[in-house]
Amino acid sequence: MTDIEKYILRIADTTLILSQRLSEWCSKGPSLEEDIALSNISLDLLGQANGLLEYVSKLNGEISPDEYAFKRDEREFYNFQICEIENGHFGDTIIRQFLIDIYFKLYYQELEKSKDETLSALATKSLKEVSYHLRHSSNWVIRLGDGTQESKDKIQKSLNNIWKYTGEFFEMDELDKKMLKEKIGVNNKTLKKDWDKLVDETLIKAKLKRPEDGYMMTGSRKGIHTEMLGKILSEMQYLPRAYPDAKW
Amino acid sequence: MQNGKIDKIWQILGSVPDPEIPVISVVELGVIRDVQLIKNEYVISVTPTYSGCPAVKTFQDDIKEQLKINNINNFKIEIVYKPAWTTDWMTQETKEKLRDYGISPPEKNASCPQCKSKEIELISEFGATACKSMYKCNDCLEPFEHFKCI
Ligand SMILES: [Zn+2]
Repeated sequence: MTDIEKYILRIADTTLILSQRLSEWCSKGPSLEEDIALSNISLDLLGQANGLLEYVSKLNGEISPDEYAFKRDEREFYNFQICEIENGHFGDTIIRQFLIDIYFKLYYQELEKSKDETLSALATKSLKEVSYHLRHSSNWVIRLGDGTQESKDKIQKSLNNIWKYTGEFFEMDELDKKMLKEKIGVNNKTLKKDWDKLVDETLIKAKLKRPEDGYMMTGSRKGIHTEMLGKILSEMQYLPRAYPDAKW
Repeated sequence: MQNGKIDKIWQILGSVPDPEIPVISVVELGVIRDVQLIKNEYVISVTPTYSGCPAVKTFQDDIKEQLKINNINNFKIEIVYKPAWTTDWMTQETKEKLRDYGISPPEKNASCPQCKSKEIELISEFGATACKSMYKCNDCLEPFEHFKCI
């Protein structure tokens, strides 16, 4: 696998696994509108993953987009661990989405400047979608944070629990540095300042307390995950693995 | 001769309806970006509305079918992402078709497609398809779909 293939797989896997997680809300949303909203967001992310996997597949020349999604094992996935964590209650899902929507927005804004034309085009397209997702998630953070005592307590707890998964957004390993040097990739470190600012703006409106940056989960860039990824993959990959030639 | 054929292809594409909003064609939707003859093959450039919109696959199949019915077989469909699709490409005429169909078209100051009232309220930022949100009219009390500006 070349460097750029691996780099793109990281973004592709992050959108793919988050999409798979969100799709679990389909038919189980707290209201019909939210059921539709979370399913729509999931679908947008699946489309983004598809565009990226098609591009990796084209660069690779041998592995199909479906094979990337369905034939790799846990250690070959590079999605952020935040995508794997369980949906929990609606507030947990909203916080996870809010924190990652801001990251996506800032990341895609930078990726848009990539000298790789396909990546830049995919970033422009995705940026429009994630900006809309962010409007939805931040409105809910404000509604729940500035809602009843119970909704406030619950979502503050969600925020405190999920915070430790946000450190991965801003890591720079050797591959990130190399891609940045080649003007293909993004400087993740510099995203942190704007991310903090955007997070704070909404948390203030929501009257929520921003957690301290303490211990942060890490490892996904090396294919290290929480135990939850295996469960996601066993569901996502079951059919194409059990019936390899199955067609709709 | 070849230009005539390209015009003919545009005409055929103009008859392929959007699978989810059949009152407008895929050309009016703005997803057909170009038709070109490259080495004896007509290349039809298509851009997705939303990355995950399931209709993208459907209208590609519809396009293939219509071209074949019209005896055009030397073509291929190419997906392009740049420039990203925007509702700004929709003409006023297309927007009026949406309104007549009961969907409030993509414009900044949305109004009720039934009674034209501006007294409307957002019910949900997402709707039955990726491209629409849900509103309610506070005058005639009818709920309606709004085509999101993107
Ligand atoms: Zn009305």
